[in-house]
Amino acid sequence: MDDNAIVCRCSDLTVKDVRNLIAKGFTTFDELKRISRIGMGPCQGRTCAQLVLRELSIATGKQISELKPGTYRPPVKGIKLGAICECSTGGEVHD
Amino acid sequence: MKYTDVLIIGGGPAGLCAAISAAEAGCKVLLVDRNRSLGGQLVKQTHMFFGSEKQYASVRGIDISKILLNQIHDKENIEILNDTTILGIYEDGVITAESSGIYMKIKVKSTIVATGASEKTLAFPNNDLPGVYGAGAVQTLMNEHGIKPGKNVLMVGAGNIGLIVSYQLLQAGVKVAAIIDAAPNIGGYLVHASKVRRSGVPIYTRHTVKQAYGKDELKGATIHKLDENWNPIEGTEMDLDIDVMCIAVGLSPLCELLWQAGCEMKYMNELGGYVPLRNERMETSIPGIFVAGDVGGVEEASSAMVEGYLAGINAAQSIGHTVCNIEEKKKDLHDQLHALRSGPVGTKIREGITQLQTVLEAAASSSL
Ligand SMILES: Cc1cc2nc3c(=O)[nH]c(=O)nc-3n(C[C@H](O)[C@H](O)[C@H](O)COP(=O)(O)OP(=O)(O)OC[C@H]3O[C@@H](n4cnc5c(N)ncnc54)[C@H](O)[C@@H]3O)c2cc1C
Ligand code: FES
Repeated sequence: MDDNAIVCRCSDLTVKDVRNLIAKGFTTFDELKRISRIGMGPCQGRTCAQLVLRELSIATGKQISELKPGTYRPPVKGIKLGAICECSTGGEVHD
Repeated sequence: MKYTDVLIIGGGPAGLCAAISAAEAGCKVLLVDRNRSLGGQLVKQTHMFFGSEKQYASVRGIDISKILLNQIHDKENIEILNDTTILGIYEDGVITAESSGIYMKIKVKSTIVATGASEKTLAFPNNDLPGVYGAGAVQTLMNEHGIKPGKNVLMVGAGNIGLIVSYQLLQAGVKVAAIIDAAPNIGGYLVHASKVRRSGVPIYTRHTVKQAYGKDELKGATIHKLDENWNPIEGTEMDLDIDVMCIAVGLSPLCELLWQAGCEMKYMNELGGYVPLRNERMETSIPGIFVAGDVGGVEEASSAMVEGYLAGINAAQSIGHTVCNIEEKKKDLHDQLHALRSGPVGTKIREGITQLQTVLEAAASSSL
């Protein structure tokens, strides 16, 4: 696989970038995420995480099933601060 | 704060059937989907479905969703929120959502997660060029919005999705240059493969994408052959003059909300990736959170529907509702699932799921 293939299109990270980071010692998904922002774009890991885990599996020799995916936190997609404010100041929908 | 008995996240076949059965047991149901219309994957399936008669085999996917939606609209205790994404499930049980730009909180007695699956992707040079799509995206463009994705397509993946979407492209008058698959065999059903082969589309197994090219948009791709160890064989490159590439290399369960909620998960290749442990009642390791459909393991609409009915009944029962002959109904649903999973592929799925149930039951009994 060519090194310049894109893994995370939101942060423009290539296979080569990911491999370099792994070689530097960032060997879990969360570490890679913190250093590179991978998995923090609109996709939230839905497309890129699987490619990253594959690279991690190749580099560490561990099965994907032994690797930890990143921590998932709410919200699953972007939400405007204004909408949260409106909700907390009472403008939310009631039943 | 919005209150309901049963919240159903996702309005695909699993979520629709869960809503029907929870409502029949007398629960107040809130059915939420991030799309503008309900039906999930069914909405874009213009082909006749396989499966068994009880799950509407030979009916087109889109018509199955109409049948289910009619049953939903007949029930007064089901409230539907379209264009609403569930954003988070928090420790205190509060669930947050964005509904047409408005942020809201929901408090429920029981939740059924039926969020389906998302498409896997591939890394190859220039995979970010416009013109490289997921097969599902192409289906949405074509079958829901009536837009042709381009003129000449390379389909990557010869599973059922790759084969069916290829056929639908041909029906729409789009040329399919080739279907390729890295595996040594065609993964999809032979009936689908024969149909596209008869239309003159070559299927190359043991082939993968070497690279895509183009500057502002996709102009072509080079594919090459793989040896038994999945390594490319030099000199086998083939150039294809295409303007669309469709990636159909499988789905993985869309489990993000289950991770957030703290459900115990396990990686299972045969089910598409990480899936939640669950018991026979479709309940996860977090009491009150149930699953149904592809989110619990990538399978088919037929089994998603049966799992939906089961999750709906069990969620209702767990909060004190019931229907007549409840145990017989549940047994019948289990039997249906068993029948659907009786073939060679089904056996693998059944074994995977049994393993998930065993792990959860062992964990539950050791904590007693
Ligand atoms: C090309 C193709 C052909 C197929 N052919 C067949 C066939 O012939 N026979 C067969 O049995 N099966 C077939 N299937 C498989 C079948 O479509 C799926 O297995 C089935 O749709 C899964 O149902 P589901 O309800 O679990 O998920 P889905 O149908 O994927 O529905 C999930 C829903 O959840 C919503 N959602 C996700 N996250 C959120 C969130 N955070 N908030 C709110 N909503 C959310 C989504 O918008 C979606 O509407 C085919 C699939 C494809 C792609
Ligand atoms: S592709 Fe960037 S976050 Fe996943």
